[in-house]
Amino acid sequence: MIDDTTLYAVLAPFAAAVVAPALTRWFKHNAAWPLALVPALIFLHFTGFIEPVSQGERFVASMAWAPSYGVNFSVYVDGLSTLFALLISGIGTFIILYAGGYLKGHPQQGRFFSFLFMFMGAMLGLVLCNNLISLFIFWELTSVTSFLLIGFDHLRAASRRAAIQALVVTGGGGLALLAGFILIISSTGEIEMSVLLASPDIIKDSGLYLPIFLLVLGGAFTKSAQFPFHFWLPNAMEAPTPVSAYLHSATMVKAGVYMLMRTQPLLGGTPEWTTVLPIFGGLTLLVGTILAVRQTDLKLMLAYTTVASLGLLVMLTGTSHEKALEGAVLYLLAHSLFKGALFMVAGTIDHEAGTRDITKLGGLRAAMPITCIAAALAALSMAGLPPFIGFIAKEVLYYGTTGWLELFGLPLTITAVVGNALMLVIAAAVAIKPFYGPKVDTPKHAHEGPVLLFAGPVVLSVLGLGLAVIAHTTGELFVGPTLSSLMGEPTTVELHLWPTYIIGNIPLYLSLVTIGLGIVLFTQIDRLRSLIAGILTAIGWGPDKGFDQFVAGIVGFSGWITRRLQSGKMQTYMILTFIFAGLAVLLPGYLTNSFPAMPKLPEYRFYEWGILLIAVLGLIAVLIAKTRLTAIVSLGVQGFAVALIFMMFGAPDLSFTQFMVETLSVVILALVMTRLNLSPSDHRPLTAALGTGLVAVAVGLGLSLTLLAITQQPFDRQLSDFFTEYSRSIAHGRNIVNVILVDFRGIDTLGEIAVVVLAGLCVLALIRIRTKPDKPAEAADQGATQARPAEAR
Amino acid sequence: MRTIIFRTIAPYLSALMVLFSIFVLLRGHNEPGGGFIGGLIAASALAIFGVACGVASVRRAIVFHPMGIAGFGLFIGALAGIVSFFKGQPFMTSQWWYLKVFGVEIPLSTPLIFDIGVYLVVVGAIGSIALALEERESD
Repeated sequence: MIDDTTLYAVLAPFAAAVVAPALTRWFKHNAAWPLALVPALIFLHFTGFIEPVSQGERFVASMAWAPSYGVNFSVYVDGLSTLFALLISGIGTFIILYAGGYLKGHPQQGRFFSFLFMFMGAMLGLVLCNNLISLFIFWELTSVTSFLLIGFDHLRAASRRAAIQALVVTGGGGLALLAGFILIISSTGEIEMSVLLASPDIIKDSGLYLPIFLLVLGGAFTKSAQFPFHFWLPNAMEAPTPVSAYLHSATMVKAGVYMLMRTQPLLGGTPEWTTVLPIFGGLTLLVGTILAVRQTDLKLMLAYTTVASLGLLVMLTGTSHEKALEGAVLYLLAHSLFKGALFMVAGTIDHEAGTRDITKLGGLRAAMPITCIAAALAALSMAGLPPFIGFIAKEVLYYGTTGWLELFGLPLTITAVVGNALMLVIAAAVAIKPFYGPKVDTPKHAHEGPVLLFAGPVVLSVLGLGLAVIAHTTGELFVGPTLSSLMGEPTTVELHLWPTYIIGNIPLYLSLVTIGLGIVLFTQIDRLRSLIAGILTAIGWGPDKGFDQFVAGIVGFSGWITRRLQSGKMQTYMILTFIFAGLAVLLPGYLTNSFPAMPKLPEYRFYEWGILLIAVLGLIAVLIAKTRLTAIVSLGVQGFAVALIFMMFGAPDLSFTQFMVETLSVVILALVMTRLNLSPSDHRPLTAALGTGLVAVAVGLGLSLTLLAITQQPFDRQLSDFFTEYSRSIAHGRNIVNVILVDFRGIDTLGEIAVVVLAGLCVLALIRIRTKPDKPAEAADQGATQARPAEAR
Repeated sequence: MRTIIFRTIAPYLSALMVLFSIFVLLRGHNEPGGGFIGGLIAASALAIFGVACGVASVRRAIVFHPMGIAGFGLFIGALAGIVSFFKGQPFMTSQWWYLKVFGVEIPLSTPLIFDIGVYLVVVGAIGSIALALEERESD
């Protein structure tokens, strides 16, 4: 059944990302049609898994990636990953079409397609990956592509801020997840999810359960925008609407929920799990819905309800209760369909009417009939009314929360009822306000969008109805297998569109309460909105503001540190560097009391003594020199003497290099001196000179002692013998030094010359910086002719 | 610095030094020398020429911007390492060719190309620093 095709299916979107810009250049927005074939084919491929997976089969396929680290690109196909893969590729197909219509004529449409496909591939990889490390890589890829998509309109500051915010929050969470994964790998020795799932208690028994649980939670909560990390999601609405519909409602934000559902058999069922998740999930549900009511922008209303829905999903997953988990799976399916559709509707309204402020819209029903119907169908599902999939989801989840009465049953049920009622309020507001009532003048003359724009909402909203009509099959093929993955054991699900009994059916009563409460609240929506606005103004602080303060704090702190450490004075840097260098060579010998013994001086000939004398005289001349220039030249004398010593003791290459380096140092130092307009002589007080002198002596002494210590060790000839033996026979060269440089250790040299080029560029840049502001006008005659060829290149 | 003797002699001296540097570069595989030393000699030749006759004439004489020369050196150095890929060998495995020109066998190799790269990097980088420093001196 499974073969490498599935692996290539995950990678196919990346290939599409490469060709998308070219296709868009040729076919303009119509490139959406051929491009949408890619996700459609992936969707088709995964439909092949529905049948065997519902029979309880599991599939694993793998491809070597970095086998030496145990990192493979491997996929694990079960109920949960099949459901997600179908949602990602199915909704993705319509999102690509929608993006074709929505960004029609945009100069960067090809790039947009490219980003969308990259995201699609990353998301598919995330939900299918079996290997924890490759899963993490895809997880981070979704954050990165989300950053690119949110910041697509990068000329606006708000987009840039939202993109960075999303990246920081979800990327930071991703690091926590990575730490969690590493703990899992090191404590269990397993890196494949399928192996871990085969022994569900492996992590709970590892002794590291709590840190692993918290770190995985850190990843999941940030990605799925749980309170108090929810703020990035509404801000991400800066992205073009196809992105909001795809990433920030149907797929990416569900990655956190996916992670929780995936690890529920491994981490779930513990007191920590069933306490932390329901509390944060419930809080997120309430906060999300309340903030949603406050908004008047269609996209923001939907964004906050997405936060709320994610909260609901986390809350339900946190119960580890079979019926509640079934509700979570159903709600996940329903939410992806209706929220994707509603976002696209909001985008179409924005596109065609020129505004998405709900107070400035009305009576569009006649102008946009198809969009209006799609919106109505999706909103009915969101409101949880029969005969839609949202209704079935709500019934099951109420059944789950009331059935799970151990500790949190009552508060959870109340939270769910209030949240769902407010959700109904938003659904009604989104579907009724823009389309019904008196016609309001809009910035653009509204009319129905092209097929590219309405195909997505229509299909998704009709699916919300269709899947409910065939409720039994839906339960058998999608919900049941997914629930099996969550429970870690085979389970069957029987769904009914209509309640099978009325008397004593608590979920049905709760549904009625929800609908009644929702309708009452909807009639008071304006009063409710101003009430919430008033409360929020009174609080005056939120995590979004906190994020800005956090970033400003980091910038301030690093500025403070930098000002502390970087005085900008060359002298300080040099002194500190040399002090540490001196300590590094002296301290170890001092602490271990292992200074080398002074060796016996060999018999030198008179001319050898002579050269040593020249070196010492050079040094003395440096010290007593009247002017700096003399000192520099005297230093050169000492260097030349050292070069001669190298020559006499059989290192001609070294000596050669030393001669050249000394010559150039003298020239360059002299040039630097004149360049920096240093005064000809050194005016420092004697104490300062003595201080630096002390440091210099210490470093010199330390280096000499180290050299002595090294030469007193027995000499290991292994390398010398190797090079002597092979430099002629393998590398065809008699000069061993050169052969080592360009052949045996050529990569080192390559790195070194890269550093030389870089250093040269930096010095050049530094000199240029100094030249520009105070360039005298009369120097232009010569300076200009010199500068021109440089700048032309 | 710009005495008449120095200014007269510097061009010849520099030319000789550059010639010598190439000699040192080419013989480096078997005798003391090589790209690094050769590059330093050539760089000091440029520095001397610059001090004597002005930076503008140096820049005219070497045609290309010294940093461009350094970049080119790094480029061919890396390129020399890639040649072995075509034979399925690891990066920087040396390749040798023996050409016969007028009956004389001339060994050519990727280490030689690499060494020429090192030479150009050193001439370019050190030379451009020296020239940039000298430039202001004439202001």
